[in-house]
Order: sequence, then structure tokens, then C-alpha cells
Amino acid sequence: MVTNTAAGTPPAASPIVYELAGITKSYAGQRLTALERVDFVLRKGTFASVIGSSGCGKSTLLKIMAGLIPPSGGRATLDGTPVTGPRADIGMMFQQATLLPWLTTLQNVLLPIEVRDGKAAAREARPRAMTLLQTVGLKGFEASYPDQLSGGMAQRAAICRMLVSEPVVFLLDEPFSALDEITRDFMNMELQRLCAAWEATAFLVTHSINEAVLLSDVVYVMAARPGRIAEIVPIDLPRPRTLDMVNSPEFGAYVRRIRERLDTGAFK
Amino acid sequence: MSTPDTARSDTVWVEHVALIDRIPRSLGMAALLVGFVLAWQLLCMSGAVPAILLPTPAETGADLLFVGQNLLSGGYVLKAAATTASEMLLGFAIATSLGIALGILVGETRFGERAVMPYLVAIDTMPKIAFAPLFVAWLGFGIASKVALAAFMATFPVVVATAAGLAAVDANAQMLFRSMGASRLKTLTRLKLPIALPYFFAGLKIAAVSVTAGAIAGEFMGGGEGMGQLIRVAAGQLATARVFSLIFYLSLFGLTLFVLVGWIERKVVFWRR
Repeated sequence: MVTNTAAGTPPAASPIVYELAGITKSYAGQRLTALERVDFVLRKGTFASVIGSSGCGKSTLLKIMAGLIPPSGGRATLDGTPVTGPRADIGMMFQQATLLPWLTTLQNVLLPIEVRDGKAAAREARPRAMTLLQTVGLKGFEASYPDQLSGGMAQRAAICRMLVSEPVVFLLDEPFSALDEITRDFMNMELQRLCAAWEATAFLVTHSINEAVLLSDVVYVMAARPGRIAEIVPIDLPRPRTLDMVNSPEFGAYVRRIRERLDTGAFK
Repeated sequence: MSTPDTARSDTVWVEHVALIDRIPRSLGMAALLVGFVLAWQLLCMSGAVPAILLPTPAETGADLLFVGQNLLSGGYVLKAAATTASEMLLGFAIATSLGIALGILVGETRFGERAVMPYLVAIDTMPKIAFAPLFVAWLGFGIASKVALAAFMATFPVVVATAAGLAAVDANAQMLFRSMGASRLKTLTRLKLPIALPYFFAGLKIAAVSVTAGAIAGEFMGGGEGMGQLIRVAAGQLATARVFSLIFYLSLFGLTLFVLVGWIERKVVFWRR
């Protein structure tokens, strides 16, 4: 059996980057628990996805992992230290590019550095940001304002903004779901290329089964009420993945397995 | 071979453009003005309204020129205009700074939102012009009572607009700033205030109109040396043509302030074209 990961290393051999142990979340005044005992590890250079219907707690999970909200119980550990708030070594992408319209593309990319470490640090990081923009094909657009960028270009700038802090883990909250399907496919291939080049550890929240299977080394299927991981599906397809693979029988089998698990979850 | 003629005969359905869309906008406006003046002239000629109550267009035009000359030559109208203009500008400045401060209090803090906002809404629903005699009683017949009334009337639109602007920040952008470890102050200055700017300027435009009303109402009530006083005296003497021309020049102030705010907005909020 071939075990190719995003970075080309077998998952079991690579070190643990992110660890969730018994993560539970319940909100005050609500009877239902949003998350119940979520455990998993992300290993260096692997791409993991969590998939589930709306309200299954996957966004809550991502926010806890990003240090944006505290869990009610359990522990999140990144790179050996517990996550107790937002951190520079966590990179995030959202459904919208959320570029600030009054900043140029370059200023937007440098924003995390500027907010965290000040203007001088942002100036120092300029060459790095320029290189990143070139990597994603936005060379020549540094001085453009966001309203001059297409949706796909804006998300590519958002990728640069995530990468500029050189994060240890990428947390991706349905980053391309607002794009049209053609652009989304293209961006997913771009994402795969970047993740391979960075040997990135990535965690994607999505509600597209195809997207999850196409990009991931492992897919966590979530069930709702309470939010929990119902099944872990390792994806054993060769890398690099191509859009053609979507039509292969192996791909279809993964999709079917995940869909069946999601269906039983939905009607339970 | 298709000539323009055959091409036209092939066309079976063409878009109909209404007449008003085919003539220049200025032409339509001019036509309406001519029609209005004509109707006005006819009304005067019909004798239905006593001449002392409604001046003819010609009389009004002549008086407009007279008052305009007085303004330009630095006569008493200019002095009155300067007084009213300074009341308006001072009132506008106070309304702007107070409006920003209260707007941030209401839009950014839970205390402001929950405890202060209901009172502001309650005061805003009052007919603020009714406070004019109070301001005169408190601050006297000088410029201060007019400035206060103008500021009082213009503050609320700025507060409401600023607060609405601060609330307009989308959840993703807030999450982005949280994930970057931005402090509350930094989130306010680098994200929320820029987002609020277009709303803030919309509030300023309303304020620009409100200060005119406030200053004049104050002058009606408490005398002074401004345009409101001139209008009151002219109306008392049934010099109706004069009232009209004073109102005309007065409205230019508000318009100037309004246009100025719009111009600054386009310079500052450059990303909203």
C-alpha cells in the first residue's frame, strides 16, 4: 500500500504538530454540547479535513484550534505548548478573503506582521511578502487595491497573508467556498502545490466531500448533536492529486463512504 | 451585402428610450424652473394673492441682486452672514466631535450600547427645536445659544451614523484581527473606524443641513445679528421679496457645507468609488 502525504512522508513517521485531547465545548445557557471529546493529532506535512453538515461544530472546533475561543474542557497543544489564545504560528484563512479595501495588496499581506510587531517589522518583511505574491502569481499587483482583484486573486492574497508569518499550521475555514467552481478547482490545486512546497501541516474545514477527498491525507467526518468525530477516513490516493482523479473508482469509493457516514449522522 | 438600410429593416425590436433620458439633465432642470417661474408670474398677475404677500418673480430677482451686491460689497448682509456662518461652523465642529465620542461610546462599548443608547434615541425623537428658548435662557442672546442649538440638533445624526458604522464590521474581519492578536484599540483604529467612515460622512451630511436649521431657529428665538434676525425683521415689515432672497443666500451656506463634506469624503474614503 502506498502512503503518500502532502509532503511525501508517511504520516506515522512524522512528528506531531497539533494535538487535541478531549476537547469539549458547551455554551452557557445551551443544553446541547457543541463538541464532545474530540481527540486527534495532526502530523507534520499532512493535510487533514473535517467535514460535516452545518451546525455540527466544525467551525467551533476550528476556532478553538485557532485560539479564538477557549474550550470548556480538554487541551489543544501546538508545537509542544498549549494553545491559550491567538498565536503567530497559527495561520488562518476564512471563507471571505477579508482584505482591507483601504490597503494595497502588499499592505494587506503584511498586515499580520504590522499588527503584531509594528511598522518596522512590516518593512523588513517586505521582500518576503513580495516573494510570496510572486509564488501565487500576483507579481505586479502589489500596489493594487482589493477592488481591482478578482475573487480568486483576493484569496491568493489571503494565502500570502497567512504565509507571511511563517505559521506552523494552516487552519482553513472553507477558504474557497465563495468562489465559482472553476476557480475553486484551480485554487485547490494551487493550495496543494503550496502545501507540498511548504511541507505544510494543514487542517481544512469544508462541506464539500470532493474537496475533502481531493486534498486530504485523512478526513474526519463529524456528526452533530453533540458535535463529535464519527469516523476517520484515511485517503490513500497517490500525490500529487489531480482533478482527473475525481473520476476514478477509488475516489468514488471514498466519496461514497463519507457520504454514507454523513447521511446516517443526519438522520439519527 | 448588407447596407445600413437593410440592417435597419431587419431589426424587429428596438429599445425605446424615454424623452427625458434623451435630453441633457440640465435642460430638464431648466425647463422645470422656467415653468415654475411662469406659474408664479401668472399667480401674481391673477390677483388671487395680494401683491404685498407674494412678490413677483421680477421683484424677487431684483432683490436677489440687491442683497447679492450688499454681500459682495461687505454690507450689513455680509456681517449677518458671517455671524450665522460662524454659528453654523462652531455648531458643526461641536456636533462632529461630540458625535464621534458618543458614537464610539455607543458603538464600541457594551455599556454605551445598553445604557446610553436608549436615552439618546429618546432625546432624538423629541422636537429638538423646542429646546431653543431654553438655550436662550441658559446662554443668553449672544452667539453661544445659537451655536448650542445648532450643535444639539446636529449631534444625533453623527452619533447614530458612527455607531451604525462601527456595527457594520463583518464577523470575518473581526476574527482576522483577533487571530492576529490585535488589541481592542488596534481593532478599533485599524479596522472598525475605517469601515465606519462612509457611515460617519453620511451622518456629517445630515449634520451640515441640521446646523443651518439650528442656527436660524436660535436666531429667530433669541435675536442676535445673524441672517435669522434679518429674515425676522424683513418678514415683520412684509418685505417678502427680501425674505426670499435672504433664504436663498442662507441655503447656499448649508449647500456649501454639504458639498464640502462630500468632497472631503471622496478624498478620505478613496476606496469607495
